[in-house]
Parts: sequence; C-alpha cells; structure tokens
Amino acid sequence: MSTTTVAVPLTNSLTAGKLPRHSGPVVLLVSWLVTAAVFLIVQLSGASTSFNVAGTLFFGTVLYCIAIYLLSFFVEGVRKAKDRLVTALVTAAFVIALLPLISLVATTVISGLPAFLTPTFFTSSQRNVVGPGGGALHAVIGTLLITGLATLISVPIGLLSAIYLTEYGRGRLARAITFFVDVMTGIPSIVAGLFAFALFSLLFNDPGIRFGFGGAIALSVLMIPVVVRSSEEMLKLVPNELREAAYALGVPKWLTILKVVLPTSLAGIVTGIMISISRVIGETAPLLIISGFTASMNYDLFNERMMTLPVFVYTQYANQGTDTQAYLDRAWAGALTLILIVMVLNALARLIAKLFSPKLGR
Amino acid sequence: MSKRIEVNDLNVYYSKFLAVEGVSLTIEPRTVTALIGPSGCGKSTFLRTLNRMHEVIPGAYVKGEVLIDGNNLYGPGVDPVLVRRQVGMVFQRPNPFPTMSIGDNVLAGVKLNNRRMAKSDADDLIEKSLRGANLWNEVKDRLDKPGSSLSGGQQQRLCIARAIAVQPDVILMDEPCSALDPISTLAIEDLIEEMKADYTIVIVTHNMQQASRVSDRTGFFNIAGTGKPGRLIEYSDTTTIFSNPSIQATEDYVSGRFG
Ligand SMILES: Nc1ncnc2c1ncn2[C@@H]1O[C@H](COP(=O)(O)OP(=O)(O)OP(=O)(O)O)[C@@H](O)[C@H]1O
Ligand SMILES: [Mg+2]
Repeated sequence: MSTTTVAVPLTNSLTAGKLPRHSGPVVLLVSWLVTAAVFLIVQLSGASTSFNVAGTLFFGTVLYCIAIYLLSFFVEGVRKAKDRLVTALVTAAFVIALLPLISLVATTVISGLPAFLTPTFFTSSQRNVVGPGGGALHAVIGTLLITGLATLISVPIGLLSAIYLTEYGRGRLARAITFFVDVMTGIPSIVAGLFAFALFSLLFNDPGIRFGFGGAIALSVLMIPVVVRSSEEMLKLVPNELREAAYALGVPKWLTILKVVLPTSLAGIVTGIMISISRVIGETAPLLIISGFTASMNYDLFNERMMTLPVFVYTQYANQGTDTQAYLDRAWAGALTLILIVMVLNALARLIAKLFSPKLGR
Repeated sequence: MSKRIEVNDLNVYYSKFLAVEGVSLTIEPRTVTALIGPSGCGKSTFLRTLNRMHEVIPGAYVKGEVLIDGNNLYGPGVDPVLVRRQVGMVFQRPNPFPTMSIGDNVLAGVKLNNRRMAKSDADDLIEKSLRGANLWNEVKDRLDKPGSSLSGGQQQRLCIARAIAVQPDVILMDEPCSALDPISTLAIEDLIEEMKADYTIVIVTHNMQQASRVSDRTGFFNIAGTGKPGRLIEYSDTTTIFSNPSIQATEDYVSGRFG
C-alpha cells in the first residue's frame, strides 16, 4: 500500500469552545421561567395579590445577562462572554426604547378605532354636534392646508438658505445666518404662535385675529430652521470632486448646483423635508393661538378660524360635553388620524428617497 | 485644435501662503508635458492655474500670466467658465457623476450646460468620445447603466471620455493613473499617446517610467523646505531630463536618490 495521508492534527488549534446554537434564546426563556416561578411563589405565599409581569420580565432579563455571561465565560472564554453580555444589554436597551412607542400606538389604535370607523368621521365636521357623531373633516382639511402652505413657504426659503450657506456663504453674513438658524431651532412653538399673532394683529389692526394663513406662518417659523439644517448637512455630503468635475467641463456654478449638487443630494433633502413636516404637523399651541378653533368647515386660509387635528384633539378633550365618552373617542380618533398622516408621509419620503438616490452598484 | 501655452513668471498663493513661485515655461501644441517632483511641491497647484480651477479654493489667487495662443487667462474680463471649456481636466480620483448613466456622463458637458442636441448627434458624440478613451467596446452594451457601476480604471477612462467630449484644446491630467492597476495604466498611457495628435496634454505624475514613456518634455518641481514655495527647477526634453539633466537636484530625483 502506498497511499500517503497528510498528517492531520487531532485538534485544530483555531477552534475554541462554543455554546450550542440557540443557547441564547433558551437561556433567556429559562431565566424568565425561573423568575416567573419565584414571583408565583411570592404570590401564592400571599405576599402580593397579583402576578408581577413587569417584575418577571425585568429580573428575568437581568438573570439572563448574568447567566449567559457566566455560561459563555466558562465555555467560550472571556472575549465571547463580553460580546454576549454587551449584545444582551444593547438589545435590552433597544427593547426598552421601543416599549413606550408600541404602547402608545396600541393605546391610540384601540381607543381611536371606534370613532375613527364611524362613517361620518371623514365626511362631516362638528357643526351642530353635541353628543356622539359628527366628524373631523374640517380638522383634516385644516391640517393639510395649513401644513401644506407652511411647507410651500419653508422649503424654498430653507433650501435656498442651505444652498447659500454651503455653496456661496463666506464670512460674517454666513456666520450670522448659521447663528440665527441655530437660535431659531430652539424657539418654543408657543413663541412662534405669539409672534404670528402679534404680527398679524398689528398688521390688520385686529386684536382678535384668527386665520389659517397665520398658522402657516407660525409653523414656517418652526420649520425653516429644520429644513435649513438638514438640507445643509445633505449638501455638505456631496463630494467636492463632483463640483470640480463639473467646473472642469466648463459648467457655470449655478448650473453645477442645479444639475449636479442638488440631484446628488435630493434623496437626503426630501427626507429632511419630510422630517420637518412631521415635526410641525402635530403642533398645537401656535395653531390654537393664531388659527383658533371652530366646529365648521373652512377651506379659506385667509378668512375665519380654521380647525386643525391637534387642536381638534385638544378641544375634544378639554371641552367634554355631557356624553363624555363620545368626545374622548373623537379625541383619540383625531390622534390616530394624525399618526396615520405622519406615517404616510414617512412612507412617501422613503419611496421618494429610494427613487431619487444616486444609483450605486451595478 | 490644440494650443500653445505660455506661462510667464507665475506665482500662486493660498491666501498669504506662496505655494508656487516664479514659474515660466512654454508648452508647444500637440505635445505631452509631464510635471514631476516630490509631494507638496506645487504640481497640482500649478496645473490647476492652467484652467483657473484653483479659484474653486477660497483664498487662492495668482500673479503673473498664462497665455493660451496669446490670450491671457488672467486678463481683465476673462470668464473662467469659457477658459475651462477650452482647457479640460482629468482628476486623480475618477469622479463620474453618480446620478447619471454612462452615456449621460459622456454628454455631461453638453447636458449640464443646457445645450440641446439631436439624439443621433448625441449618440455619435458618445461613441466618438468613448472610442477616443478606449472604452467603447467595454461599455457599448450598457450605456444606460450608472457610471459608478464601472471599475476604477474604466471610470477613469470614462472621465477622460467626458473631458474630450467637450472638445477642449488642452487636457490637464493630475495623476490620472495613481488609483489604477498596471493594465489600466498602460491603457491610459496608450490613450495619451493617441490623443497627442489632437490635444496639448499636461500630466502630473509620480511615476518616472510613466513620465519617460509618455511625455515629450518634462518639468521638475521642487521645494527648498517646508513652508517654502515650490519652484520649477528644470524644464527640458524628457530624454535630457532623464539621461542628462543639467541640475544636480533633478538628477538626484529622477535617479531616486531623494524625494
Ligand atoms: N487648498 C489648499 N489650501 C492651502 N494650501 C494648500 C491647498 N492645497 C495645497 N496647498 C499647499 O500648497 C502646496 C502645494 O500643494 P500641491 O497640492 O500643489 O502639491 P503637489 O505637488 O500636487 O503634491 P502631491 O504630489 O502630493 O499631489 C503644499 O504646501 C500644500 O500644503
Ligand atoms: Mg497633487
């Protein structure tokens, strides 16, 4: 026989101990069960009247962190053990951050659905409604009109300022603009409302002025700095090499900005704009001051009070009539509508970002 | 098409810092001129003054004159945009426009300038430029794919195609092969050799072999020390620079004894 066999070492020096697959989830489950058993005993012994779910989850997770660290330490060594511990901590932090959000959405959906599903909710206003019934069409229209106008005002101003800051701005003027934009980001929304109110009541000499356009102006004050900031960051991300490439082809600066810089950063800019819309669409205080509230439809931004969704939620909650539940239901349904609008906007933003983002890869 | 470049006593400043001092040279039409020298001696800075690209950097300015066929680039009323339409540039790192397809990248000089062009003319221009850049065969079936889907060497040739599509008289190249493999480098060197028939080419390179292979004349830049301005030490026929330079520093540099 002349078969030659390559000598294979009996143990590969590159291997290390390894916990079986799925040992993470299993240990977690066991930890929870153990803590659940402890709490069950506490309950049975009469020390507490009800089973403590939150406690079980919390202490169970803590137990898991300890157990997985020790287990992994003895089987896999200290590096893997640390890795598992940190993974557990980071995941826990993520879940904790997510919990309030999920709870909030669930509460809104559960409380909001009854009124949301009534056939009149999106077809009528609150005019002459005292008990249950009626709808929020006036508020939906108001929110769409006012936020839409605010966007129409803020996006050109904000985007052009951002272009000025990144492409042209040098020296004192640019620094002053940056400073004021930073200051404006911090303006409390109620101040924006008071500003719009003061401005228009002085302009029209009407101490009780209320109209939708004023609300749009107040929202613009809040929105412009957000648009400037986010667009500026996006424009700065465009590599200078692309600008230089365009200049070297004999393309003037304004065309370079219009046709190279903006298209390259369009996806990010659109996302920023959508975020700024989400930021202002839920504003209540400024709209309460300058747009007021009403129970009737109003399609005219320049005349009369105009209802918006946040204010609708507020008034339904604040001025509950005799049939309390009907008002509360409508308040929740209004909140649900607002959340849905924001979600649709975000989905749109993602779609647009996807469509316009520079095509990378093959 | 190609033009003669004459530089007279050119100083380049970045704000207060004098980066390049007292450069005078003449570049004949239809030649390749290589600029060599240690890092930071002002080769890129000087090259960019030949089409006023240095003005993109805030605070950069020049003193002296650059004449292209007798027209001073820095004369009063000269529009840098018109200068750059005559003097194209290829950069060290390939930079195709990521939002445009391969075909649109070639047409970028036309499209970005809002000029209209018949479809057939556009197709002809794309083919002619890509053939000129030795890239046509590799991309002719995927002209509508994004420019960033090409390899680095192909992207660089795409950038060259883009530069020659605007039909400049002069092409400046700043280390066009420094990010490329030897095969792509050779392809680009061959290309430079062919392009010499139509254009005046100035190329910055750190590769001595490349300089000696492609260029007719070579300029050696050097600095006396950090913070000192870069100067043109010697400017002569490439064969002279590499075999029989008249200045000791040049000989040290080309023979690899310093820098
Ligand atoms: N944007 C700028 N602002 C200020 N100084 C600059 C700028 N660009 C270059 N310099 C300075 O000008 C000098 C010349 O730089 P340049 O880029 O022209 O060198 P180079 O010869 O091209 O070097 P390399 O071979 O490394 O590319 C250097 O001292 C550099 O620090
Ligand atoms: Mg350089």
